[in-house]
Formats: sequence, structure tokens, C-alpha cells
Amino acid sequence: MKGNFIDNLPKVYGIYTGGFIGFIIIMAIAEQMGMTAKAIGIAFVAFTVFIYALIGWLSRTAQADAYYVAGRQVPTVFNGMATAADWMSGASFVAMAGGIYFKGYGYMALLVGWTGGYVLVASLLAPYLRKFGCYTVPDFIGTRYGGNLARFSAVVVLTVASFTYVTAQINATGTIASVALDIPFQYAVYVGLISILLCSMLGGMRGVTWTQVAQYIVLIIAYLLPVFWISNKMGAGFFPHFMLADEVARIGELEQQFGFVKNAAADLKSVPKGLAGITKAHSAVNATPWAFISLALAMMMGTASLPHVMMRYFTTPSVKAARKSVGWSLFFIFLLYSSAPMLATLSKLSLIDPNLPTGIIGKTFAEVEAIDWYQNWNQANLMFISDFNGNGTLELNEFFMGGKAVVLATPEIAGLPYVISGLVAAGGMAAAMSTADGLILAIANAISHDVYYKIIDPKAETAKRLLVARVLLVIIGFAGATIAAMEIQGILGSVIWAFDFAMSGLFFPLVLGVWWKRANRQGAIAGMLGGLAAGTWYLVWVRTGGSGFLGITQLTFGIFGSAVSLIAMVVVSLMTAEPDKATQKMVDDVRVPSGKTILGKSH
Amino acid sequence: MSNQQKHWEKTRSLLFITLAIWFVFSIGIFLFGAEMNEVTGPFGYPWTYWFTCQGSLGAFVILIFWFANRQEKIDEEFGFSEREDE
Repeated sequence: MKGNFIDNLPKVYGIYTGGFIGFIIIMAIAEQMGMTAKAIGIAFVAFTVFIYALIGWLSRTAQADAYYVAGRQVPTVFNGMATAADWMSGASFVAMAGGIYFKGYGYMALLVGWTGGYVLVASLLAPYLRKFGCYTVPDFIGTRYGGNLARFSAVVVLTVASFTYVTAQINATGTIASVALDIPFQYAVYVGLISILLCSMLGGMRGVTWTQVAQYIVLIIAYLLPVFWISNKMGAGFFPHFMLADEVARIGELEQQFGFVKNAAADLKSVPKGLAGITKAHSAVNATPWAFISLALAMMMGTASLPHVMMRYFTTPSVKAARKSVGWSLFFIFLLYSSAPMLATLSKLSLIDPNLPTGIIGKTFAEVEAIDWYQNWNQANLMFISDFNGNGTLELNEFFMGGKAVVLATPEIAGLPYVISGLVAAGGMAAAMSTADGLILAIANAISHDVYYKIIDPKAETAKRLLVARVLLVIIGFAGATIAAMEIQGILGSVIWAFDFAMSGLFFPLVLGVWWKRANRQGAIAGMLGGLAAGTWYLVWVRTGGSGFLGITQLTFGIFGSAVSLIAMVVVSLMTAEPDKATQKMVDDVRVPSGKTILGKSH
Repeated sequence: MSNQQKHWEKTRSLLFITLAIWFVFSIGIFLFGAEMNEVTGPFGYPWTYWFTCQGSLGAFVILIFWFANRQEKIDEEFGFSEREDE
């Protein structure tokens, strides 16, 4: 039966995709027949979440192997889709095109960083950790370096990084649920959380894997369909990725024509929090090489250190499959990431070009205020105009928008039917849920497997271990939701911090664990704790008015943290005794792809 | 040198080649971002702009598949490739 399911995967997900497209068509017909926008939004979110919950329930399991690593039988391509969903968070889906819209080239360092990191994953880490046969990332650290302190340090770094990340994701599910279901944010956060837990609680990694594949299909359709549709509707080209050069050039012309007028601080006070105007060039190089490269580098090294991504490659059937699977992951990510700049271009041009019917710059304030979509998004607190110079017409510097509006509002501005907006809401929900699931599972698994089972009670039976894992899942989920409900930080800022924390503490201990035989326990502990402490110190210092050095900002503090980590690890390793023969033999075995895993099948 | 050492030697040189290509597309290009952006590149986009939104991303995808295939060849050469039924 189980073998059957794996063999039938293409068919199962083929039918699922067909069913989902059928659902979109039914909704489109229902819209024509008078179904309200609100009902469509609810139908989209409720229907998709119900499907994920169903998959989660069907994947329930009582085996440690299935709970922690999905039984190590997830085929390459499907693991690629699951990783892509795991990877692309609510921030990628909802906020990234917005970031490019506002900040242009300098922001696109994130695109390079969030894809280039996979080269490091494929070449430095994933195949070796798969060969190791671990359940979690601290499992590798704990076994390679030996000792509870090393294991525990890894759990600490993992928890700090993943928890920073997960609150942002629960926040995103809450935002979308509150808009689509029309309930207050404080409650919507918990609706989102319960949806997330439904996917992961019964089936662990197995449940999360199969829901993530389903979520990837929803989110990629929801992202690409509007981009292609808008591009065609605007007459910009039927395949936007290859055909928007004229539009990019036109934006450059308009920027020249309008100029970037700087607003007075007093004027900006009246602009609602979180909204921004266009102040940076779209395609021109607007950042110094170091600003661009340091951000990209931090994101790349962070990618290779984030445990929720790494543990996806523990689920493949072989070492070979783990390598290929990284390639597929990046291919599926590429489909969305290469579309985000296109969406930003289309969105910006449709708003600022006076020659287009949708363009609002140069219109009078009365005209803009009479537009339906402007009223809707102004009410949603995502758009704002103000006549600073009192001339009655809207200038580029007098138009403000929230970053989320680029993805959420552009379909409506371009005049697409509401069914597309419902689809986009479902896609955003899928993106945020899938990442949150992966993260909560990473934390709960690390604590249940590495702290509870390996350190506190090594004799615990499987049933008890899995019970502990599930209880932790719920506790961590609720803790995350409670912090998310307080709305302390923005979605994107905290995501970037998570990368910096992860690279500060884990990048070098992981990489050197495979590539440097001389690395020992003392060195690894110094590297993890020293790196994390140094990174955290730098962040706090810069946040509290410190000037920083070498152009390292609060978004790239991981560069400092990981440098300290590397130095600490090398110096301490060389000052202390080299690892024993058994450990050196273990490293040799990890480097050979064939043969048995280092850790037993069930441990 | 034992079989295993030779295998690791080759694996390591593949890593260095892979990282060198990775360096060009993730860092090298952007050292000259301003200069390269003056020139029109693929599909009519400015070069640096094109690399940030498509070129480098696509290059990484191809690089990983190329790397995976080369590594498989190395594993086969030294008899370390995995049997499918393992």
C-alpha cells in the first residue's frame, strides 16, 4: 500500500492539480453569477486549508522513522517541490515583489542570496548529512563532535533562528486569514495556527511533506497566473520574463521625468505606518557593490545553515537523490523568484505611467479618490495619497503604498476578476503555512529528539517520544502565535534576522564537521556559542545606536557573527587535542556516498 | 593513496570548481554592477539587472544539476555509487 502511494504520486498530484484548477473555474463562474467577493475569499482559503488538513490526517503515523524523516522515501522531484514550499515563506510570496517595487536593484540582492545559497547546500552539506542518517541538524552536531554540550548548543542556535522566523510566518497566516475571513487579527492568528498544526501534528515530517507538495502547487499557480494575465492584459508581452525590457526602460524614463523629490519630515508624519513611496531607481544600480554583495552573502550562508531546509534532504531515499533534489528545489524556487521582479515592474508601470488607463500619477486628487480600488486599499490601510505641495495633482512623491499591496492589489488594479484575488489569498496562505510547518517541526523535533530523547531520557519508548514531540509542537506553535499576535516586528525584517542568526552559529560548525577532520568538540562549541553571541551583540549594538563597522548593518550581522565563529572554532580546535580515531573514521565514512548510514535506521 | 583518498581528492577539486563558478555569479558580477548595467544584455534588459532577476538564478539551477552529475560520475569511477535498492 505504501509503496503504491509513492509510485502513484504523479497521478495523485496530477488529479489534485486538475481538481484545484477546476475549483478556480467554478469560482470564476460563481463570480459571474453574482457570488460576492467576500464569499469567494472565504471559499478559497477554507477549501485549500481543508485539503491540507485532510492530507495531514491521512499521513498520520506512529513510527519514529516516518515522523522524523518521512520514512526516507520521498522521491527527488517531489522533495524539490516540498522544499520550495518550505522555503518560500509568506515573505517571499507577499512581501518580495513589494520590496523590489520600492527599492529596486539593491533589494534584489535577496533574490541572488536566497537562490545562490542552494549551491552551498548541494556541494557542502546536504549529501553528507543525508549519508550521516540523522533525524535533525543537532543530531549531526551531537554525533560528529560528541557530547551533550555540543548537541545542546546546536539546539539553542536552531531555536533562536527558527523561532525568529516562525513568528513572522504565523503573523503572515494571521494577516491573510483576517482579510479573507474578515475576522480580527488577534483571532485570525490562532485560526492560522490551528491550520498549521492540523498539517503537522499527526504525521510529523510525513504529513508536512505531502501537504507542502500540495501547498507548492497552489502557491505557484496563484503567483504565476496573475503575472501572465496582467502582462497580457497590459499588452506588455505574452511571456513577461522575456518581454518586459521596454517596460523596464519606460520606468527609467518616467523616473527621470518625475524625479525623486524628497518629502519633508513633517509631511511624512501624516503617512500611515508601514506605507512607503517610491524613492529608489527601479533597474539602475542603486547600491554599492559591498552593500549588495554582503546582503547576498549573508542570505546564502544563512540558507545553508537553516535547519528546516536542511532536514528536508534527510527524507530522500539516497545520497544521490539528495543532491539532485537540491537542484529540483532551486528550479521550483526559481519559477517564483524570477517572476517577482516582473510583477514589480508591471505593478509599478501600471500605477505611474500617465499613458496607461490605470496610471494615477498626474491625475487630480478628486479623480484618484473616486477610483474603486483606491478606496478599497486605502480602507485596508495599504494605500495613501496626500497633496503635500497643494497643486491638486498627484505627484510620484505623494503616493504611498504598503509592500504587500504589490501582490495583493495589482490584480484588482489591472482589472482582473475577483476570483484572482481569492486565488492570491489562498497562495499566500499556502506559502506562509508551509514554512511555518517546517519551522515548528524543526524546533519541536530538535527539542524532542535531541534534548528529551538523547539527553534526558535515552530509554524512552517510541510512543512516548512521539507524544513528547507532538506536545512540544503545540506549545511552540502557541508561543509563536502569542508573540505574533503582539505584532512587534515586520514580516521581512525578522525573516532576514533568522538567516543571520543561523549563519552566525551553525554555518562553520556544520561545514567544517564534514570538510575539516581536525575540527573537534571544543572548537565546535566555541564556534556555535561564540558566533551566536557575537552576532547577537552586534545586532543589539547597531539597534541601540551603535555605528557598526565595515558597512555591516543589522540585516547582515551574520557576517560578523560567522567570522567570529570561524576564528573561534579554528583557534580552539587547534589548541585542543585532535578528535579520536573513531570520530576520524566517522568523517571518512560520511565522505563516501555508498554503504550504510552512520546512525542506524531507527535511533 | 587508497581508493577512498583518491575519491575524496576528486570530490574536493569538484567542490572548488563549483564554488568558483558560484562565486562568479553570486559575487563577481556584482563587483562591476554599475559598469555592466550600462550595456544592454539578454532580451534587451540591462546586463546587471538581468543577472539579478534571472541570469544568476538560472545559472545556480544549472550549476547544481551539473555538479550532481559530475559527482555521480566520480562516485561511479571509484565504485562508491549507491545501489537503487539500498
